[in-house]
Amino acid sequence: MLTILFDGVAYGMLLFVLASGLSVTLGLMNFINLAHGAFAMVGGYVTALMMDRLGAPFLLTLPVAFLVPALLGVVLERTLYRRLYGASPLDQVLFTIGLVLMAMPIADFLLGNEAHQVNLPAWLSGSLSVYGVGISRYRLFIVAVCGVIAAALQLFLVRTRFGAQLRAAVDDARVANGLGIDVDRIFAVAFAVGSGLAGLGGALAADVVGGIDPSFPVKFLVTFLIVVTVGGSNGILGALFGALLLGVLDVAGKYYIPSIGAFIVYAVMVVTLIVRPQGLFARGDGR
Amino acid sequence: MSGPALEARGLVRQFGALLATGNVSFALEPGARQALIGPNGAGKTTLINLLTGVIRPTEGRVFLQGRDVTAFSASERVRLGLSRTFQINQLFPHLTPIESLGLAISERNRSGADFWRVAGTRPAIVAEIEDLLTRFGLEAEMDQPTHTLPYGKQRLLEIALALATRPRVLLLDEPAAGVPEEERQDILAALAALPSDVAILLIEHDMDLVFTFATRISVLVAGRLLTEGKPEDIAKDERVRAVYLGEDGHG
Amino acid sequence: MSAETTRRIEAHLGRRARWRISEIVFWLALLAVIFAFPSRAALINEILVAGLFALSLDLILGLAGIVSLGQAAFLGVGAYAAAILASWDQADPTLGLAAGALAAAVVGFATAPLLLRGADLTRLMVTLGVSLLLGELANRNGWLTGGADGLEFSMGKVLGRFPIGFTGQRNAALYSFAVLFVLFALARRLRQSPFGLALAAIRENRLRAGALGIATSWRIVAIYAVSAAYAGAAGALLAQTTQIVSLDLFDFHRSADVMLMLIIGGAGWLYGGIIGAGVFIVLRDVISAATPEYWEFWIGLLLVVLVMVGRDRLQEYVRRAASRVALRLARDAA
Ligand SMILES: Nc1ncnc2c1ncn2[C@@H]1O[C@H](COP(=O)(O)OP(=O)(O)OP(=O)(O)O)[C@@H](O)[C@H]1O
Ligand SMILES: [Mg+2]
Repeated sequence: MLTILFDGVAYGMLLFVLASGLSVTLGLMNFINLAHGAFAMVGGYVTALMMDRLGAPFLLTLPVAFLVPALLGVVLERTLYRRLYGASPLDQVLFTIGLVLMAMPIADFLLGNEAHQVNLPAWLSGSLSVYGVGISRYRLFIVAVCGVIAAALQLFLVRTRFGAQLRAAVDDARVANGLGIDVDRIFAVAFAVGSGLAGLGGALAADVVGGIDPSFPVKFLVTFLIVVTVGGSNGILGALFGALLLGVLDVAGKYYIPSIGAFIVYAVMVVTLIVRPQGLFARGDGR
Repeated sequence: MSGPALEARGLVRQFGALLATGNVSFALEPGARQALIGPNGAGKTTLINLLTGVIRPTEGRVFLQGRDVTAFSASERVRLGLSRTFQINQLFPHLTPIESLGLAISERNRSGADFWRVAGTRPAIVAEIEDLLTRFGLEAEMDQPTHTLPYGKQRLLEIALALATRPRVLLLDEPAAGVPEEERQDILAALAALPSDVAILLIEHDMDLVFTFATRISVLVAGRLLTEGKPEDIAKDERVRAVYLGEDGHG
Repeated sequence: MSAETTRRIEAHLGRRARWRISEIVFWLALLAVIFAFPSRAALINEILVAGLFALSLDLILGLAGIVSLGQAAFLGVGAYAAAILASWDQADPTLGLAAGALAAAVVGFATAPLLLRGADLTRLMVTLGVSLLLGELANRNGWLTGGADGLEFSMGKVLGRFPIGFTGQRNAALYSFAVLFVLFALARRLRQSPFGLALAAIRENRLRAGALGIATSWRIVAIYAVSAAYAGAAGALLAQTTQIVSLDLFDFHRSADVMLMLIIGGAGWLYGGIIGAGVFIVLRDVISAATPEYWEFWIGLLLVVLVMVGRDRLQEYVRRAASRVALRLARDAA
């Protein structure tokens, strides 16, 4: 029972890191980035390949798994994404679906279509027993890392000048520019952080989801969207609670009532959209 | 029908901490020519939005021809004879004036849900479109997309569209706002020619226009009705001068 | 009043009602293709069915401006309704077609209220959520749907005369063609009607549409149900002409693909879906003959370019090119 709860929490934390970047781009910047999963895939590949080909230790690969997609994010943001900030949701959807469709064959071409595994180091495998409750070390690690990330992100967006500037820039780019805020740079940084977090999430998730393969961007696309939808897209905490709720529901649901499986998660999403279109954990009535 | 054509009782609307409408009660008699004036941000547009059902009041009720319509949607109120124009043009940019008017008329005829008949095959509707186009001087641009029309013509189309619903009560939100001087006369003429049995509430900042048009004036300040009366009394009212006429430089 | 003005108003309102020569040529050419390439009948059939599916999306996206990432829900419902009926030995295709369209319309009608609140983003999510939910429902009710194994069934003859199985692939294409044409003509008519005009008004400015007394919510519900029925019909055709159904009908990629098809051909003029389906499927066929794994890349690239260049401009180009080709064909034939 507690083991399942813990697994659910760990899964939820993982979902959070995977989706938190999306709640920055989609939630704060109002950009429907369906290609979010592609950045996660890149992060996953970075970790898998670094460990495989270079023999790098797992922990060392994580910062790289953040940086590479972040850089890629900046490049794409500067060249393509930024032209679509004011565009209709439909254009954003089409454009980012296009990116996903391109990313998958590229990954397939370069790395083949079989899954690349991330082999966890010994100190992270197996489980330990706490008061008789079996807890997987890796899941514990995930909870810790993701908790730190969530806290850091929340502080970053709420406490720092950058967070305030980002919100001002999203509210009204022209006014923000007038106030001397470098809107272009703010957006680029926000986008980079979002993409980097996706990559980190991909690296951490690789083991849990059975490896990284070219179909990763679509396989989890729907999950990301559900997390952001349920959590509410205008804050990090919303996304965190949404992710935890879904993680626990999903794991517990699959364990206790396997016959309804993914049904619960989809139902939660649809009901949320009906009852609170801004998300369960959004503050006030959103925009 | 006796009694007011449109009546508001104790309307209140709050936007967060801002009281946009504070306990406003007023009545519009059938065939009235009434003006609603007040400084920028007084809550005039908000009041119209409340009356027409675009937004919901925090408190208070709205009666249309004696019937409580507070719970009715905007489109239901239109079908009961309450129509409006918008301060900022709300038109169909890629439809033509013919199409826009035809739409409004079909809707009033209850044939707007007809999915089988090709539009424009009912002579009565065509005749009415033509009538409205001529009355508002829009024949020349009747088959051009609305967004290509000069601004003054778009303002006229705003009024024509409102009239196409055959309202009993018409609320005009600054119909002449932003219209260049040369096109202004057309708007004034259109206002003067509105059917006399329709009750009209005119929001306007131009005092010349207000005083020629209205037989009764209501003054709204900071969401509350300051006073109401005949134009000559309003012009003399010290408080009104202080908050409004003074800054406008009139009288 | 002048008779001249009256006439011009009538002509203006009815200007799109008459079938133009380029349109007639388009349909005749489509029919001719079926006879000219009997060996490709299956591919042509696939294009026709996908075209109908894309047309269903055009009804809500092009006419009413409602975005959806869940059109596959109705494709799946229609397909399963037809297939289940056939597996109960009700093998008449016309009956199955009607059942598929009706079942999807009911689901569309029931879920349409979810679209009334919220902005485009909410709508994208709601439609996506509903399609996933229905897919999962089909997955979990294997007693009815066959679950992951799908359903097997055999079809009767169309109108009791024309077999449409593996032996009658050209008949299948002709059957799909006939259904597509009839439904297209209905949609075309709907677009000219006051109802169609009201949808355009809702798309352009919902606030003003309401201020003209249009019950915008009900119109949206109505067109959504019609669109669902069209998608359901497409699903039924797909099930009947391929004689299999499987859970992937509900997949996200179906919804995404159909949106791509419509966008490639251009939304709002009703032909876009059919043309887009043709381009998409032929492209897929050609590219994947050369490099089977990578054809998605080119579709993705096409999309990115499409959005970057501007859909409107490209759509205008496609439209003009299509009618030029049609006119040339007409002249050559004459
Ligand atoms: N949707 C809204 N949300 C929050 N505040 C609003 C909203 N609509 C109006 N307000 C506020 O309510 C007050 C009244 O606005 P309103 O537009 O009714 O004024 P008005 O009298 O029509 O002004 P004007 O003469 O400039 O047209 C203003 O302070 C405005 O900022
Ligand atoms: Mg105003």
